[in-house]
Amino acid sequence: MKVGVLFSGGKDSTYAAYLAKKHGYAISCLVTIISENPTSYMFHIPSITKVQQQARVMKIPLLIQKTKGEKERELKDLEKIIQKAKNDYKIRGIITGAVDSAYQASRVQKICDSLNLDCFNPLWQKDQLELLKDIVENNFEVIITGVFAYPLNETWLGKKIDEKYIKEITKFFEKYKISPSGEGGETESFVLSCPLFHRSLQVVDRKITGKQNSWTMEIKIK
Amino acid sequence: MILLISINKISFHYYEFVKPVEDILRRNNICFQTTQYNDINQKILDKADKIIICGTSLKDNSFVEEITKFEWLKKFDKPVLGICGGMHLLGLVFNGELRKAQEIGLKTIKYKKEFFGFKDDIEVYELHNYYAKSEEFEVIAESEKCIQAVKHKHKPFYAVLFHPEVRNKKLIENFAKN
Repeated sequence: MKVGVLFSGGKDSTYAAYLAKKHGYAISCLVTIISENPTSYMFHIPSITKVQQQARVMKIPLLIQKTKGEKERELKDLEKIIQKAKNDYKIRGIITGAVDSAYQASRVQKICDSLNLDCFNPLWQKDQLELLKDIVENNFEVIITGVFAYPLNETWLGKKIDEKYIKEITKFFEKYKISPSGEGGETESFVLSCPLFHRSLQVVDRKITGKQNSWTMEIKIK
Repeated sequence: MILLISINKISFHYYEFVKPVEDILRRNNICFQTTQYNDINQKILDKADKIIICGTSLKDNSFVEEITKFEWLKKFDKPVLGICGGMHLLGLVFNGELRKAQEIGLKTIKYKKEFFGFKDDIEVYELHNYYAKSEEFEVIAESEKCIQAVKHKHKPFYAVLFHPEVRNKKLIENFAKN
């Protein structure tokens, strides 16, 4: 079955895409929304323009839709680009990396239903530490590009998700109730390498901005 | 042993509709076995102490065309919990029908009486285009649009239209343990 992946460049949507391919689905296109609203409930923002480089190393066509990020307008824009993916690539389903957000998942479900597409959420309700472990075990190289919760700070930016990171974030989870995989928006990640990539990406420059417990790292990659 | 029945025809939906139920049982150290509905046989049914029939996606609903494969439910007397598509098929097996009613996302439902530890108004996660109406089931909870929880009038068979594996996981724990 041909499918499209709602792709943000972060670990969840990339891992969902990986699982889809492993189960025999043909990923015909990646669908990315670029929101101008930094507090969007729907979409992951940091480093999103880098998805073009990720799509290139995956050799998968990328459809980008810009949105102003107003709540319901965002959904119209998402529906428009999924409709285009259906028309242009004859996809029959959409894959998402939704883990626990009923807000995000239900809106994508409604759009898929109205367009007569099946909707696949292979990470839905997955234990977050299990998710991080799976990502490490399946040779994903993922770095943290944003932190947005106390007591996380700029020292977390650029950290690689590995066994050491999992131990560290587990302690924060136990003490501060920070979601280990950042499901509550505590962290944002970027995938530099995984089995879907034909070559690894490298960070050649970084620009860190933020204050207190809200920091982002814009990266240049090659 | 709890028997989890998958009604997904598309196996990739396992991760979304069956694994979350398995994870709840696993976290509670409850022994279970998962079987696809086409592979159910008497030996498996004899081993099961209880059954949970998991849900499926909005489009992956071809089990409705094969409802005769669930005729064994008429002779089965141990506790059964149907979730969403599981509620649909329980209704159909027991002379009911499917009626159109779409609900997707978080909604509030109202219990008329206590149901596996839940009562009054509760927020649930919904994902369905239909609900089942059968005269053989007592209605236990409703949303603004339709029936949400039922109990068979003579058998220990229960069903919910919403997804307790997403919100209200305790309902599955309580069914499995008590």
